[in-house]
Amino acid sequence: MPQEKDRPEEIDVQDQTPPDPADTTADRPRRLVVVGAGMVAHRLVEALLQRDTTGAFTVTVLGEEEHPPYDRVGLTSFFAGRDAEQLALGDPALWDDDRVDLVLGSRVTGLDRAARTVTTATGQVHRYDELVLATGSSAFVPPVAGADLPGVFVYRTLDDVARLQRWVRDRAEQHDRPLRGAVVGGGLLGLEAAGALQSMGVHSTVVEFAPRLMAVQVDEAGGHALQRIITRLGIEVRTSTATTAITAGPDGAVAAMTFSDGSSTDVDVVVVAAGIRPRDELARAAGLAVGPRGGLVVDDACRSEDPHVSAVGEVACIRGATLGLVAPGYTMAEILTDRLLGGQATFPGADTSTKLKLLGVDVASFGDAFAATPGALEVVYADPAAGVYKKLVLSDDAEVLLGGILVGDASAYASLRPMVGRRLGVDPAAFLLPEGAAAGPAGLELPDEAVVCSCNNVTAGAVRCAVSEQGACDLAAVKGCTRAGTSCGSCLPSVKKLMTTELEKSGLTVSRALCEHFEQTRAELFEIVRVTRLTTFSEIISRHGRGRGCDICKPVVASVLASLGGGHILAGEQAALQDTNDHVMANLQKDGSYSVVPRIPGGEVTAEGLIAIGEVARDFGLYTKITGGQRIDLFGVRLEQLPAVWRRLVAAGFESGHAYGKSLRTVKSCVGSTWCRYGVQDSVGLAVALELRYRGLRSPHKLKLGVSGCARECAEARGKDVGVIATEQGWNLYVGGNGGATPRHAQLLAADLDNDTLVRTVDRFLMYYVRTADRLQRTAAWLEELDGGLDHVREVVVEDALGIGADLEQAMAAHVDGYADEWAAVLADPEQLRKFTAFVNAPDHVDESLQYVPERGQIRPATPSERTGGAVLIAGAELEVRR
Amino acid sequence: MSLDAAPESLLAVCRLTDLVPERGAAALVDGEQVALFRMVDDEVLAVQQLDPYSGANVMSRGIVGTRGEAWTVASPMYKQVFDLRTGECLDTQGREPRRLRTWPVRCRDGVVLLARGPREG
Repeated sequence: MPQEKDRPEEIDVQDQTPPDPADTTADRPRRLVVVGAGMVAHRLVEALLQRDTTGAFTVTVLGEEEHPPYDRVGLTSFFAGRDAEQLALGDPALWDDDRVDLVLGSRVTGLDRAARTVTTATGQVHRYDELVLATGSSAFVPPVAGADLPGVFVYRTLDDVARLQRWVRDRAEQHDRPLRGAVVGGGLLGLEAAGALQSMGVHSTVVEFAPRLMAVQVDEAGGHALQRIITRLGIEVRTSTATTAITAGPDGAVAAMTFSDGSSTDVDVVVVAAGIRPRDELARAAGLAVGPRGGLVVDDACRSEDPHVSAVGEVACIRGATLGLVAPGYTMAEILTDRLLGGQATFPGADTSTKLKLLGVDVASFGDAFAATPGALEVVYADPAAGVYKKLVLSDDAEVLLGGILVGDASAYASLRPMVGRRLGVDPAAFLLPEGAAAGPAGLELPDEAVVCSCNNVTAGAVRCAVSEQGACDLAAVKGCTRAGTSCGSCLPSVKKLMTTELEKSGLTVSRALCEHFEQTRAELFEIVRVTRLTTFSEIISRHGRGRGCDICKPVVASVLASLGGGHILAGEQAALQDTNDHVMANLQKDGSYSVVPRIPGGEVTAEGLIAIGEVARDFGLYTKITGGQRIDLFGVRLEQLPAVWRRLVAAGFESGHAYGKSLRTVKSCVGSTWCRYGVQDSVGLAVALELRYRGLRSPHKLKLGVSGCARECAEARGKDVGVIATEQGWNLYVGGNGGATPRHAQLLAADLDNDTLVRTVDRFLMYYVRTADRLQRTAAWLEELDGGLDHVREVVVEDALGIGADLEQAMAAHVDGYADEWAAVLADPEQLRKFTAFVNAPDHVDESLQYVPERGQIRPATPSERTGGAVLIAGAELEVRR
Repeated sequence: MSLDAAPESLLAVCRLTDLVPERGAAALVDGEQVALFRMVDDEVLAVQQLDPYSGANVMSRGIVGTRGEAWTVASPMYKQVFDLRTGECLDTQGREPRRLRTWPVRCRDGVVLLARGPREG
């Protein structure tokens, strides 16, 4: 279990002399102490516990930070709302294992190799048989005057980014204007930091000492392409520029920066991301050899010159260099695990391939990206207008792929990277041209030994084996068997392709059929109905299905027809397709009665409206409750009472709230800038507009929206499928949130939108979801299942990469224009009203099985024992009803 | 029980046109609630209105469909699927099997007739 601080019982005072070497073969488990609790330490412990089947080791992990190991690579997603818990790595049950002790908030300050002990800052002593340094790196802060001022941050830990976020929020509130910021360093981390600042509404400048951005990963042309794209995103870039001083304002906080060319700029916040330095101070103090640029020198088994001291990850200097990427760190963790358990694994060399998305821009670099191999040829495709630069490095005979750089579009990365060192066999240009890059040229088959997932070192063969021999038949199962795609996820398209091909080979096809009547998925049915313009279930099932349907496919077809503007949901044959809730436009309760929810857009209701609802509830004897969506639910309505209840509600100006449908429910809002002291935008106004726009929209599952008028987020918008949060500049749009059994926080789709752009983006998002999601799949699950996930959706709805934006908007416009209140329409149609009878042969008879007892001044359904026990019963409400 | 053997036990419940194709309706027969379903070919099937899993009188409000060759209704409450002819539960949703009572039904001159003595399905 994670401990907050060193526990006194950890002190091992009895046994401070080095154990007799002969003792190491004794039965007691050997003590492994891991200094550092980062990603590589986590991988080491996970691998060791999994493979140490004889109980050879007990493990103590000493972490300096207060958090259990988390995804440092994904640190920037903190600004999109992923907290420490969501960033945590792996299964938390790992730390419940009796063999492991995770001690947090515990900095190791001393290493005594003779005594085989480490000492923490609080004076705790831990004895080890084997010591692993996994201390990682610290941020390098250049010796610039003022680098220690308040408002200057590094970008390394969760606490760093939390402090940065707090500072920006506080300063923005104090200054009441957009903040200006600067990032020192134009490498990978610097651009991540610039993206984080931009997401918080800070106008920033990236200052890079080298002549180009990301000098380690991309070449000159790639760096310039990247700079062009990033400048276009509104971030200023200054290359070949050194920062000479950071100066404070009157309040002592950072206020300006001066550069080598004598110019200066005003800043409210500075992030220093000028590189990292290995945390090798323990090794140095213990007299162990360190590399020329730091890092504990280790051999290919990850052992230092002291056979009981090893190092993994960024602190290790292996083959003369330290490596600032997680993939080689993971490889070291695997090597060391094998060695600790008596194996002979050796470090195969580092794969320094990188693919990342910075500020929404793809950047990938792999293999011999700089064409250092003698005679290497470069094939380049560049489209400055589209912001794309791609380069492949090939052997001198142009046959073997050596490496490459992709900027602006890295979709070919997943198919290219495993091919490094292999004959391409096809025209390299096929990988570079815009079309077909993602899938790779047809017919390309990866050899079994090609590594598909470099984070976890999973080969194509291992993925095939998971399918053919371990019976994995979906992506989740393949992930579980192989760990492929469980870290950065960039290989998932390749893994999925391998899996599908393998499944097809073994004659297995994964059934995606909706039910026994339709072989199609909901999304496929949607396309069929959209294209063929069929309007009845009979036609659709006779042409594209079999049988007469069921409770699975009928509501799906009804929903598809409704989403495509098929008129009233109860018109003609459609009535027979609807679930009882949609059929009577109310919510079935446990006793067979219904509840009724009038729409209250944005939760805004007049006193007259409240009185009217109250009078209906009183006159019909209904139980009333306020819902989580800021409206009022009226319970205990009998089937035959529904029209009378609605006649009253419609007369009072209410309309259907669609609480019964797989459709838009509510747009929850806080009170916003019209009343709230802190509100920055009119959240109620927007919520009402959105609710009136999307009301009645049928979708694969229910849809909930929320609008908050400031960053305090009182509307809990990030718990909604679509959440809108006000910023000083406009609105941030979040998607994919929900409450319920598996709560999800919505993720940022687009920032600082004006009203029109916001509505257009939500139009596209919702319609894309309606068209492509599975039955009963909420937006969170849809985003997760979709190839490319949120990034793909952003490309489609924000960047219009598929060119369907206008079509989606048009479809939504048709919905908005075609909207009519379902209940008002039914009240005007005597044919429709016929079904609201308790008994077809006794229309005036009341269902006597509906019985109620009083509770807290209202009614509730009688329990079975109350029915038989003759408790005081209320047989429905028989009050005079004003018509 | 055979309909032809005991014609006197038939009770006129409603007109066929009172029922909507592939949708149910509830009827009161001797104080008992019965769910009537009109199929596409105008055959009418009758089962108990009481949902044996939820204890609510709601079977007539379920969605009508097919499973293989069988006509079915799905309970609107917890989605168990029943064979409308035999009353057998074809999908128990993980619960123990329970049956629906069924009634023989006949249509004459557009009138739906129900055999009074319930037949165990």
